Amino acid sequence: MTSAPHVPSARQAERDAFRRRRTRRRVLAGVLSTVVVLGGLTAAVVTSPGWDRVRATYFDAGHARESFPLVRDAFWLNIRMFLLVEVLVLVVAVLVAVVRVVPAPFMTPFKILATIYTDLFRSVPTILVVLLVGFGFPALGLAGMPTSLFWLGAIALTLSYGAYVAEVVRAGILSVHPTQWASGRALGMSYGATLRHVVLPQALRRVTPPLVNDFVSLQKDTALLSTIGLVEGLRAASVYQAETFNFTSLCVAALFFVVTTVFVTRITDWFMIRQMRREAGA
Amino acid sequence: MTAMTSLPRSLGGLVAASALLLATACAPADEESDTASSGDASAACSVDSLPTVEKGTFTIATDDPAYEPWFSDNDPANGKGFESAVAYAVADRLGFGKDEVVWTKVPFNTAYQPGDKAFDVDVNQISITDERKQAVDFSAPYYEAAQAIIVLEDSEFADAKSLADLADAQLGAQIGTTSLKAIGQIEGAKQPRVYDDTTKAAEALRNGQVDGIVADLPSAFYLTAAEIDGSVIAGQFQVEGDATEAFGLLLEKGSKLTSCVDDAVESLREDGTLADLEQTWLAESANAPVLK
Repeated sequence: MTSAPHVPSARQAERDAFRRRRTRRRVLAGVLSTVVVLGGLTAAVVTSPGWDRVRATYFDAGHARESFPLVRDAFWLNIRMFLLVEVLVLVVAVLVAVVRVVPAPFMTPFKILATIYTDLFRSVPTILVVLLVGFGFPALGLAGMPTSLFWLGAIALTLSYGAYVAEVVRAGILSVHPTQWASGRALGMSYGATLRHVVLPQALRRVTPPLVNDFVSLQKDTALLSTIGLVEGLRAASVYQAETFNFTSLCVAALFFVVTTVFVTRITDWFMIRQMRREAGA
Repeated sequence: MTAMTSLPRSLGGLVAASALLLATACAPADEESDTASSGDASAACSVDSLPTVEKGTFTIATDDPAYEPWFSDNDPANGKGFESAVAYAVADRLGFGKDEVVWTKVPFNTAYQPGDKAFDVDVNQISITDERKQAVDFSAPYYEAAQAIIVLEDSEFADAKSLADLADAQLGAQIGTTSLKAIGQIEGAKQPRVYDDTTKAAEALRNGQVDGIVADLPSAFYLTAAEIDGSVIAGQFQVEGDATEAFGLLLEKGSKLTSCVDDAVESLREDGTLADLEQTWLAESANAPVLK
């Protein structure tokens, strides 16, 4: 700026001093209220009559150390599973959503099927889908049916979550203003090209938050695959718990789910912000 | 693992053998004192002084129908089947001849309810639990449940001769059971599949998602006979050092017979009669070979 040293006026100095005081007061108030509220809550938990038993049963350091490697190794299955299923779900969901919105009359039977699919699989509890696919599909004895529990589990979760996400994507497509369609067609694009290049990109970007919601939910539901015999993170923890009568291993498993969820959420936040900047700045 | 399970057994055999050697080889004085002490026991537990329900006879209860391989042909009095044989052996130890044993029918669920009993002992695969001990007396256990591996009869593992033959098998078991821990004791076994309950494990077996499921032998008899078509017990094995399910003879709470029946069961265990009967009725005739 200027080369001459800036000397604030007396009034300015007073103003600055006031602002500093105010900032100090606000920080103090923030710290104080945090300490009082969180400290009070902690104290209430820690001084409760059953705290010692709770700590020994749920938060025992020795059991945590012992069960950690078991849960960690098994959790690798959850990670592989949700990474695979998230891709499959996106494919299924976009297909189903597109089938449901396109107006072409010859698509009617597929629209009916797509509607039945979303209605059915959104209403049947995921654990039932897992059981029916995991135990029922192989019982059919059809040739070419996958027998690996991993793939059966992936199919079950894809069926269930595909239906949820299809509805989210459909809502996204419907939320794109009709003028966007009109513009695409006016530029000489075919219906398909308009959908592909104009509408879907906007729709998917718009539904990213609910999509992340569903994916986080999916990550947790990989634990349901334990019912068909897969030893994933939570099941490894329950096996440990059943042997030791201590629940700490379950909290260790919870930690793994928390870490993945926070990780995925932050990544998406960053991605979203980048998108928004690009759109605003362009 | 193989060595580990067989170790206690061979040890037990060693002890029994050396005891036998001692008994036969030692001076007559020893033998006399032996017979004297057992004479003492039988004095307290002699047929005449035993306060049985019916004087001079030993009344044994079991459920109707009585299932294989614990009984045979639903006739407890034929001496066939593991529990029938054990019951007669106990009666014999107490001094009752085969014709002095009377069988009576008592449903399983009513056996361990509190109250007067119309039998001296009940033998009906009754697990000894602390809760039941509140209401009834139990003898020393005459059977400690082994673990059994159930496979489909056309499975390559159906003819397993040893636990090592099962190393390549994908096994499954119910969560929180001794059976699940037992899989961990099979050397080189794959990580087991874990199921919420036996029904799901059984379905996985039918689907070929597991090669075999592990359950305690008594459950395995039931599962193979009634629940899973086309399944067989590939074999059984003992889990070491763990509180397994144990069956005891059930008596009225505070029964004066309990200590005598206890002694009889203990002596049957010590002289290897129980092990022989187990081998005969729960392994050979039940087609569940012992795997080591």
